[in-house]
Parts: sequence; structure tokens; C-alpha cells
Amino acid sequence: MPFDQLLQYALSGLSTGAIYALIGIGFSIIYNSTGIINFAQGEFVMLGGMLTLFYINLLKLPLWAAIPASVLTATAAGLLFERLAIRPLRKPTPINMVIITIGGSIFIRGLSMLLWGKDTHSLPPFSGEEPIAIAGATILPQHLWILGITLVIIAANKYFFYHTISGIAMRACSYNGRAAGLVGIDVRRMVLFSFMISSAMGAMAGIIVAPLTMTSYDVGVMLGLKGFCAAIIGGMSSGAATVVGGLVLGILESLGAGLISSGYKDAISFIILLLILFIRPQGLFGKAESERV
Amino acid sequence: MKKELLKFLLFSVLMLLVPLALHGSYLMNVLVFVGIHTMLAVALNLLLGYAGQISLGHAGFFGLGAYLSAILTTTFGFNPWLVMPLAAVVVGLIAFLVGFPILKLKGHYLAMATLGLGVIIYIIINETVDYTGGPSGLSGIPNLAVGTFVFNSDIRNYYLIWTAALAVILLAVNLTNSRVGRALRAIHDSEVAARVMGVNARLLKVQIFALSAIVSALAGSLYAHTMTFVSPASFGFNFSVELLTMVVIGGLGSIYGSFLGAALLTLLPEFLRSAQDFDIIIYGGVLMLMVMFMPGGLVRGVPELLKKMLGNRGGVGNA
Repeated sequence: MPFDQLLQYALSGLSTGAIYALIGIGFSIIYNSTGIINFAQGEFVMLGGMLTLFYINLLKLPLWAAIPASVLTATAAGLLFERLAIRPLRKPTPINMVIITIGGSIFIRGLSMLLWGKDTHSLPPFSGEEPIAIAGATILPQHLWILGITLVIIAANKYFFYHTISGIAMRACSYNGRAAGLVGIDVRRMVLFSFMISSAMGAMAGIIVAPLTMTSYDVGVMLGLKGFCAAIIGGMSSGAATVVGGLVLGILESLGAGLISSGYKDAISFIILLLILFIRPQGLFGKAESERV
Repeated sequence: MKKELLKFLLFSVLMLLVPLALHGSYLMNVLVFVGIHTMLAVALNLLLGYAGQISLGHAGFFGLGAYLSAILTTTFGFNPWLVMPLAAVVVGLIAFLVGFPILKLKGHYLAMATLGLGVIIYIIINETVDYTGGPSGLSGIPNLAVGTFVFNSDIRNYYLIWTAALAVILLAVNLTNSRVGRALRAIHDSEVAARVMGVNARLLKVQIFALSAIVSALAGSLYAHTMTFVSPASFGFNFSVELLTMVVIGGLGSIYGSFLGAALLTLLPEFLRSAQDFDIIIYGGVLMLMVMFMPGGLVRGVPELLKKMLGNRGGVGNA
């Protein structure tokens, strides 16, 4: 295996990995504030790409305006989802939550299919399609956009959770919701925030990846599952561990597709997912916790 | 127990008489599918409704059963009756082995792990083109036959499938009213408490998972032989979700509820033909609404609703 080919796989894996990381952080934010795994997470990723397309094609918005518009719309969808489906639930047992978020995800997917059809679309790249050569491997400008935007989002995320009052309140809820409520934090509002933030992040991930991988009403399932996989590798942390998880997953997948077979590409991440769940359910970097009854 | 047996007999007679009314109608064909879906929904319900363990990978077991039967009878020319138990045993064994690590997980993690398992099975079916024919599927699967009597018409298949489905229902009814059934419900309510009371929760969960997979595989084999054609699209994640919807709509922990869910979800699309693309939205909406407003499913929710509407006149039995 020549070095430049390996480098090529690693580089393209890095940018898909960044996408998985963003989606995974979305999973973690909701999980940490509510204990829910949001099976609809992937649909917000799909919404990001599809909405941008919708704003460009039908409303003739330029790309720079369509992107924030679609992130806002997806955030509103996240807000509605929490208000209409999650909050009214009387018995929030894990199984009920799984079923309701799956129901939500199918609903969003079905609605998008009715609105925008079943075709696959592609979004124009943000800046040109001239490949850039790096040490024998080539990457597209879009890859750089993905890496750059991911970095910015992660940094903003960090700032929000550690240096703003709402972010700190949300972290308090994730440690102990009841205690947070006792010191005057509106826990339900923080839950709502967590859904909004993670749908916005998911949508952004969907937008930046759409020029590379095409988008259609049903891309959310796979992307969501891969994001979850990244979050599991990172032990459901909403920080660096999940980012590393996403990048590792992206690179392994890209190497697997290149060296073994692209048909089995998706199976690779699921095998990793199962192995981690079996062997280290606390994530690669986490410490085991004993369960309290 | 006597009451249960009576209920079962009544249900069986009803199902066996249905063809008299519908003979020759194309609905017979749909009812064959209702039978297959009932087997699958009951199997999933044993796991989800009784033991409280979710699985989003049951379409995978269904697919494995179907493909094992399809491949062994067409490519290798084995006798279908021989292959069917073999496929069931193989799938059961696989489920038993992966059951140990998978069922250690709980709640969301269990859902994700079973989902992953289902997707892996789907990808394998899709990619081993030499054996499975890949995305375009495998055709020419023989119908089942006894001597010269071939199960090749809707009415014959109806009786074939429903004999199997009734057997599965009887098994499930017996199981849930036995010691094992009580132990399963104990695990559902509190696994720790069940263990304290001497239930080998870990083994029991794996056993019920394997049993559920065996029934699904059997349904898969029957599906392959009645359809005479299989393709991976029937065994993907969406079908696992459809099964989940059937169980939830009917009522978790109610055997006849699973039949009701399977019947509704199989018949409804037939009547809504003109609105075909809407079915996915309807599934999603119904799933959410059921969990929100009728968490006990139709078999418990509807009597409750009637009771409320009629005041408290006359107690309504629970299924």
C-alpha cells in the first residue's frame, strides 16, 4: 500500500469523521441533559441539507443566506419536536423514549419525502471544485470547509458550555437535574435548549457534507447512526472524546472502504459500535461506573 | 388458564372460518401476510412486551430465515421441510450467542445494539451477491409441498401460514401464563428484584431473545416459500420499525394485541393504496400518538376509552 494512497484515505476519512463528530456531539448534548438517545437526530442532519436546497432552488436565496435560514428552520423543528413529542410524554421510560423518537424520525422523513420527493440532490460546493494537492494526495476545498466549520462549531460549543450562564446551567442539569432545579435553574427550558442546539448542529453538519455526498430525504438514518457510534466511542461526552471518536470512525471507515470493499463500509462502523458496546460501554476513554439500583 | 384456552379456540375457529367468507378474493393473499406478520409481532412482543427488552433488529432474523431457506432449497436443492427447522436452529443459535453480550445492555443502548445487528445482517445479505443475488434478490424458490399437494394458491397458503401462526400464538399464550412468563414480567418490572427472587435473569433474557429469533426465522422461511422470491429490501431497518409499530399499536404484552397490530398495519396500506406515500408519515405519527395517549395499545386503550365514554357501566375485560 503506497503512502500517498493511505494519506488519501485518511484525509477523506478525516472530513467524514468531522461530520460524525458533530452529529455525535448533538446526541451527547441531549443525552446528558435528559438521558434520552434521540433517534431522530439524523433527520435534523437531513433537514439541514434538504432545507438549504429548498431555499436555494425554490426561494432563490444565495448560498450564504440559505445556510443560516435552513439552520434556523431546523432549530425550530427541533424546538417543536421537543415541545410536541418529548415533553408531553407521561411515562418517559427508556423504551417509550426510543419508540417516540423513532416515531418522530419516521414522521420527519416521511414529511420531507412528501415535500421534496425521493430524488437525490447535490448542493453546490461552497467555493470551487479545484482539487488541492497535499503530499501526493488531493482534497477538495469542501473538505477544508468541513474541517474548518467543524472546528469553529466545537470551539463555540466549548465556549457556550463553559463561559455562558445558560451553558453552565445546562451542565448543571446534566450532573443532577433535581439539584439544578433546586438552585433555580429551569430544567425544562434547558432540555428545550439542548434539543435546539443539537438540531442546529446536526443541520449544520448536514449542510457542509451535502456538497460531497449528495442528499435526499433518507440520508438521515445512516448519518445519525454513525454519529451515535462516534458518541459511543467517546463515552457520550460532548467534548473532545466524541470528536476523537468521530475522527477515528471516519478514518477507519474510509480505510475499510478503500482496502476491503466499499459495500461493507457501513458494516464496519456497526461492528465497531457493537464491539464498543460489548467491551467498553463507557466509551474508549471513560471509567467504568457501577450501577446504582 | 381455561379462559385463555377458550379464547384461543374461539380465535382459531374464527381464523379458520375466514376463508369461507372471502374465498377467491385477493384479500386472501393479504391475509397470508397478516399471518406472517402476526408470527413476527408475537415473537417481538414476547421480548418487548413481556421481558421488556427492545429489539430493532428482528427484521434481520426474519431475513436470515428467509434467505437460508431460499439459498439451501434453490442453489443446493435441499428439501424445504428439512431446511426450515435447520434455518430456525441456526438463527436461534446465532441469537443465543450474540444474546449474551447484547442483552447485558439496557434501554437505549440495547436498542442501538440490536439495530446495529440488524443492519449488519442486512448488509451481509446485500453484499454476498454470489449466494443471495444481492439487491436484485433471489427467485424460483419452491413452494412447500406434501406429496403431490403443493401449497401454491392463496387459500392453501392461508391455511399453511395460519396453522403456523396459531401454533405460535398457542405457544406464546402458554409461555406467558407459565412460570417463565411470570419470571419474564418480573424482569420487566425490575430486573434486580427478579434476580433477588431467584430468577436467572441473564439466561432467561437470552433464551427469550433466541426463541423470538427462532420464531422470526420460521416466519422468514414460510415467507420465502409462499412468495417464492426474496430481496433484501423486505428485511431492512424499516421493517424492524414496522414490526415495532405493530406491537406498540396492538399493545405491549398482549398476544392478541400483536395480531391486531399486525392485521391493522398490513390491511391499512391495502385500503390506502391511493395514499401510498403517506404510509410512512402515518406510521411515524401513529407511533408517537400511541405512546403519548394510549401507552397500553389498542387492546387496553380502546376498552378504557369506551369505559370512560359510557361512564362506569359494565366492566370491560382486558385482553
